[in-house]
Amino acid sequence: MKRYDVVVVGAGHNGLTTAAFLAKAGLDVVCVEKNDYIGGAAVSLELHKDWIYSNCSYVCSLLRPEIFRALELHKHGLQITPYGGSLTFMQNGDYFGSYHDPEVKYREMSRFSRRDADAYKHYAADTQRQCRFIRDFLLTTPPDPTSFHPRDIAGLLDIGKRFADMGEDRMYETLRFWTMSVADYLNEYFETDVIKAALSGSGIIGTALGIHSPGTAYVLLHHYMGDVDGNVGAWGFARGGMGAVSNAIAGAFQAHGGELRTESGVGHIRVRDGKIAGVALENGDEIDADVVVSAMDVKRTFLDCMDESDLPAHFVRKVREFKIRGSSGKLNIALDGLPEFPALPKGSTLYHSDMHFIDSMQRMERAYDDWKDGTWSQDPYIDMVIPTMNDPTMAPPGKHFMSCFVQYCPYEIDGRAWTDEERQQFADTVIDQIANYSPNFKDLILHYEIRTPADIESQIGITEGNIFHGELTMDQLLFNRPVPGYAQYRAPVDGLYMCGSSTHPGGGVMAAPGANAAREILKDLKYANTVPENFGDD
Amino acid sequence: MTERFDAIVVGAGHNGLVCAALLAKAGKKVLVLEARDEVGGAAVTRPFADGFSVSAGAHLLHQLQPKVMKALGVTVPLTNERLSTVALSGSGEHLFIDDHSVAGASDKDAEAFTEFMGWSDTFARFLNRQLMKPPPRLGSGQRKDTIRLARLGLDLRMLGRADMRDFLQLIGQNIYDELDARFDSELLKGAIALDAVTGTHTGPRSPGSLVTWLYRLCTGGHVSQPAGGLGAVSKALADRAEALGVTIQTGVPVDRIVVDNGRVVGVDTAEGRVSSWKVISNADPKTTVFGLVGARHFESTFVRRVHHLRSKGNVAKLHLGLDALPDVAGLRPEDYGGRFLLAPSADAVERAFNPAKYGRCSSKPVFEVCFPSVSDDSCAPAGKHVLSALVQFAPYDHEGGWTDVARADFLDGSVAALDEAMPGLRERILHSELRTPVDLEAEFGVSGGHWHHGELGLDQFMFVRPVAGAAQYRMPLDGLYLCGAGTHPGGGVTGAPGYNAAQVILERERSR
Amino acid sequence: MTEVHQGRLQTPFYSRFRAVDTLNEWHTWNGYTVCNSPYCADLEYFAIRNATAVFDLSPMNKYRITGPDAGAYLDRLVTRSVSVLRPGRVGYSVWCDHDGKVIDDGTIFHLSEGDYRLCAAGRHAAWFADAAIGFDVEIDDETADVAALAVQGPTSWSVLTRAGFEGLESLKPFGLIYTELRGRPVMVSRTGFTGDLGYELWMSPEDAGAIWDRIFEAGELTGIRAIGTDALELSRIEAGYLAPGLEFLPADETVRSGRSRSPFELGLDWLVDFTKPNFNGRRALAEEQRRGSTWRLVRLDIDGNKPAHNAYIFPRESRNKSDVGFVTSAAWSPVCKKNVALGTVRQPHGLPGETLWVEIYYQREMHWQRKMARATVVEGPFWAPDRRRLTPPSPY
Repeated sequence: MKRYDVVVVGAGHNGLTTAAFLAKAGLDVVCVEKNDYIGGAAVSLELHKDWIYSNCSYVCSLLRPEIFRALELHKHGLQITPYGGSLTFMQNGDYFGSYHDPEVKYREMSRFSRRDADAYKHYAADTQRQCRFIRDFLLTTPPDPTSFHPRDIAGLLDIGKRFADMGEDRMYETLRFWTMSVADYLNEYFETDVIKAALSGSGIIGTALGIHSPGTAYVLLHHYMGDVDGNVGAWGFARGGMGAVSNAIAGAFQAHGGELRTESGVGHIRVRDGKIAGVALENGDEIDADVVVSAMDVKRTFLDCMDESDLPAHFVRKVREFKIRGSSGKLNIALDGLPEFPALPKGSTLYHSDMHFIDSMQRMERAYDDWKDGTWSQDPYIDMVIPTMNDPTMAPPGKHFMSCFVQYCPYEIDGRAWTDEERQQFADTVIDQIANYSPNFKDLILHYEIRTPADIESQIGITEGNIFHGELTMDQLLFNRPVPGYAQYRAPVDGLYMCGSSTHPGGGVMAAPGANAAREILKDLKYANTVPENFGDD
Repeated sequence: MTERFDAIVVGAGHNGLVCAALLAKAGKKVLVLEARDEVGGAAVTRPFADGFSVSAGAHLLHQLQPKVMKALGVTVPLTNERLSTVALSGSGEHLFIDDHSVAGASDKDAEAFTEFMGWSDTFARFLNRQLMKPPPRLGSGQRKDTIRLARLGLDLRMLGRADMRDFLQLIGQNIYDELDARFDSELLKGAIALDAVTGTHTGPRSPGSLVTWLYRLCTGGHVSQPAGGLGAVSKALADRAEALGVTIQTGVPVDRIVVDNGRVVGVDTAEGRVSSWKVISNADPKTTVFGLVGARHFESTFVRRVHHLRSKGNVAKLHLGLDALPDVAGLRPEDYGGRFLLAPSADAVERAFNPAKYGRCSSKPVFEVCFPSVSDDSCAPAGKHVLSALVQFAPYDHEGGWTDVARADFLDGSVAALDEAMPGLRERILHSELRTPVDLEAEFGVSGGHWHHGELGLDQFMFVRPVAGAAQYRMPLDGLYLCGAGTHPGGGVTGAPGYNAAQVILERERSR
Repeated sequence: MTEVHQGRLQTPFYSRFRAVDTLNEWHTWNGYTVCNSPYCADLEYFAIRNATAVFDLSPMNKYRITGPDAGAYLDRLVTRSVSVLRPGRVGYSVWCDHDGKVIDDGTIFHLSEGDYRLCAAGRHAAWFADAAIGFDVEIDDETADVAALAVQGPTSWSVLTRAGFEGLESLKPFGLIYTELRGRPVMVSRTGFTGDLGYELWMSPEDAGAIWDRIFEAGELTGIRAIGTDALELSRIEAGYLAPGLEFLPADETVRSGRSRSPFELGLDWLVDFTKPNFNGRRALAEEQRRGSTWRLVRLDIDGNKPAHNAYIFPRESRNKSDVGFVTSAAWSPVCKKNVALGTVRQPHGLPGETLWVEIYYQREMHWQRKMARATVVEGPFWAPDRRRLTPPSPY
């Protein structure tokens, strides 16, 4: 039987990224995937005839351009188109739009508060400063603050230096930013409820915290630090849906000689004499390799696919305590036509934007209270986009695909599994909220797919369906991610590595964890590095 | 008054007294001006009904720093040195918590509790070492800050690798998850969760609540009760300060702190101006900046930061004069001298917190209760008793204001909840007094009625307490200092802010 | 529902400008569409220096500051003393953040006792509101409510007088008067951005068209011209005035450290008044005065005639280890016949009289050429004719 240099477990975008960089370096790599399609949560599926669904992740901005360039993803069919704006419908019939054009955006904000419109530049500059600070570390391995290894000390000094470069006052602002709630952060700039509500969504997407929970200001960055062609903070659609991202990386992987095996779920990661021996597939096959890289989240990797006896007890305990909570669901809808939103004038550019239906901070926070009580939000925060407005290829002409990301939605209802009835009620909650603002919406629905965290878990494999493979809270970031002492992509077994979003810098379709893991593996195997450095100041 | 002082302390709260006494001990001529007729600020004992008196602000001693008391040579007579803690259960299966052990819980929980307290202690001790000194400035380029930062780093390293890792992780965590991972007993989790969030505007699920828990444990976690209430602590400090030469004047409100040509020159009172190059405000940051000095004397950025300081209190104080102690099943007579926690679960604490986010009171509040009269007969007529409770949550920004109706509702709700846990309590009530954060603000002059003069969140902690750029007790106005709970490390009757402020002031004098 | 206006806004003078415009070259200024140049920037420029030029100032941000603390508020906000600014006077100033770095510059009009208007290029409602915490003051953004027209040039006084404005003969530089034109109230200030004799007219948007028409009627035979931003920019450089975004960046919008400038670094020492009560940036500026500044604004007289756009500045002609700064604005001055520039250099460089070198790149028929040119640091504006101060101005 063939022996590989490396087995990568999971063909999500991070697994494929690691695989591609390793194959590019000349290693013999196989990437195994449990499903009959690749992509993990960055996937396009034809769930309804002629409708392509980005049925998990749905927009793209964090994908590191360094990786795009190094893997020449354009040659493998990836095209990212920026889209602009966002929109929040208000209960009083008005709406708050955020336009792509800065002057129109300013004018719209001034409609609510001139002061807020002017404060936005302070908010943008301060947030941008935090983005710049963190962006520099996305394509680096976090140093271990407890280590005396020269590399860790150099890494820490580098962080310290960049921190100090901000100047005394901005260092304090940074400390506060990392520990604040998004609500408090916004309160320091804005006075208008709907503006704060609209901006606060980015602080809780995918997170099991409310806008008033300390630490959520940081989560903002995961929605602001991306860029499309250097336009920092801009978002884009992948042409053909998010599967295009994974397919392109897979294309690069295969072009470098890598082998992809679908319908090959890993049942067990094999350890012999304290070293990695390979993997055993669920179908009984075994693949031998000295190096195994898991793109699965840490709980699945270590608690489901390994023997506890192969791992240090402390590590297992930490993995158990790792917070990876189901807090968001999705509703993917095929539409017979474009829904009308009477609040909006016909032809408004806002039809191309992210739409939301929660217009106050209080409603935002209440949505979280429902989740804490073990149920989905009765008045949820929905991040809705109609990708077919920008990419008509995803549905037949004149028809549309709508992606609704729903926060909050628990993994279990009151500690037990979802019933079919509850799934339906969840969908109805979402549909009703949208229909409040679009009278013909319900009539246009041809098909929809309900995705609770439990559905995402069972299909994609992510524990609790957590989109970030683990909460992005301070205790699970940088050198704490996923487990203190194991943040450098190496698991506590020789030859075993982690490359999924459970590792630094976390989730979002960034591909940075995959690239960082590849760099560490290549270093250990003494292969030339193929992983690019970040572009630097921008 | 034409007399000139080396320093004037505005406010005779315990921190102001500590600071004044330490300066006097170093040979400074110090004047303390207190608006009210007695010293003590929120650490004060006063009557609330005929024959009944109570510690009107803080009611128990949690974290009084021994180092402060030692530096001043003050001892506080205690009627009860170590109060036991009882987590009251509706079913009578109470938990008796004493330092590092718990009785009444399962063996597994009891063992886990001991381990948890040991674990907490390690970090609380580490934290305490940081509390008793001024936080270093970041990036100042000054040698003393570099040394302080290096010491902090070294101290962190000295924890050892495993504990250091734990610490770097726990600062961002919440108490809820930690308890969930360790314990089975809901009651035990509720008790600890309540202790972790008491006095703050956070629920146990809020990240950062593990740090507030450690803050509470920083001097060992013992709870004690001074003879004569908390006012006795203030009185002892005032006596000591006067013995050291401090002039204390009560009933003299400071109208304003006088600024001339960019520096503080003294204070104005109804009786005239008192001159001094140094004015140390024991008041909270907002009162100091907006009420005493005036925004125009500061940078707008600083003013904006103080304006945004989160300082709205969320704890009400309930005082009941009782005909007799309640008779709670499962309690022995000696248990009544302890401290009671009424929080059936961590979820109950979180649910009590939920409405506070929207300006509403908890429909099912959680309580810390004590009967000071059990060990101190000076506070109630013979045979009668006093119940003193911290009731959470009662937001300062009550939706619609703290009207008489709102107060009556909350009082009723609180008494009903207490009566449920302590059957028969209601009939024994002779007098009642509810003090909302708005009342605490009015009584103690603390803006927002917040215990800590400013929320004890990580974004207002250490390097950035009270606000960014002013964490070293010196305000950005020459001659103006803060020494109250709004500064590092925060509130509670600790003496630490006053102590640290005095160190900073004396250190500056020496370096001149 | 209708959507917020999607296009660029039009100023009250838009229709008049459109009527005289032949080139159709416009750009955005504060959300308004304004003309780069209605017919020829070079010729428009000479209207400023030889006759009368009319420029639409309406997009300028205008803030009305009233209330019992208005004066005290402004005194805390800006670096110069506002309490000495009498009603009827205008003062130029800058305002700083707490690090003593300039957020913006602007003019403060003391309209009547306790009633002020502050005009600035940037938008500052948020900063002004934050600065108002603790003051009894009201701040209104009246940008859209006040139309403004700059009437500049050596014959501007004559034209305005001929148009029917009264009382301008005694209006001194940085003075303002309330007057009217055929029943339409106008506030006239003797201010401007050209360094020449000139006035700025402030009026209600409804009256804008009629007032424009009357002025152009009066000036028709004397070379009055509507001018665009390009011509104004050239006169601004000659006058040595600072442009936000070029000579300095608003400190509250900079993301990188060290990209903002203090008043000292902009040569505005005369605007910083340490004798008045506290003002924003005071402590930091006092400290900077003690320790010295990092940068210095320089006005450069450069050899040759190739404008030194974006040029690096070096201490020597060759064998330089590194640059000492860069040019922020450059132009060939038609009136001085000089190659002039404004720039920012690291101290101790940049004292008047110092010889520096600029590396100029210029393109001739596709090919780029490089040239090191000698640049002499000069003091004061390049162009400052006496006529700009003369009261009453001389008629023609």
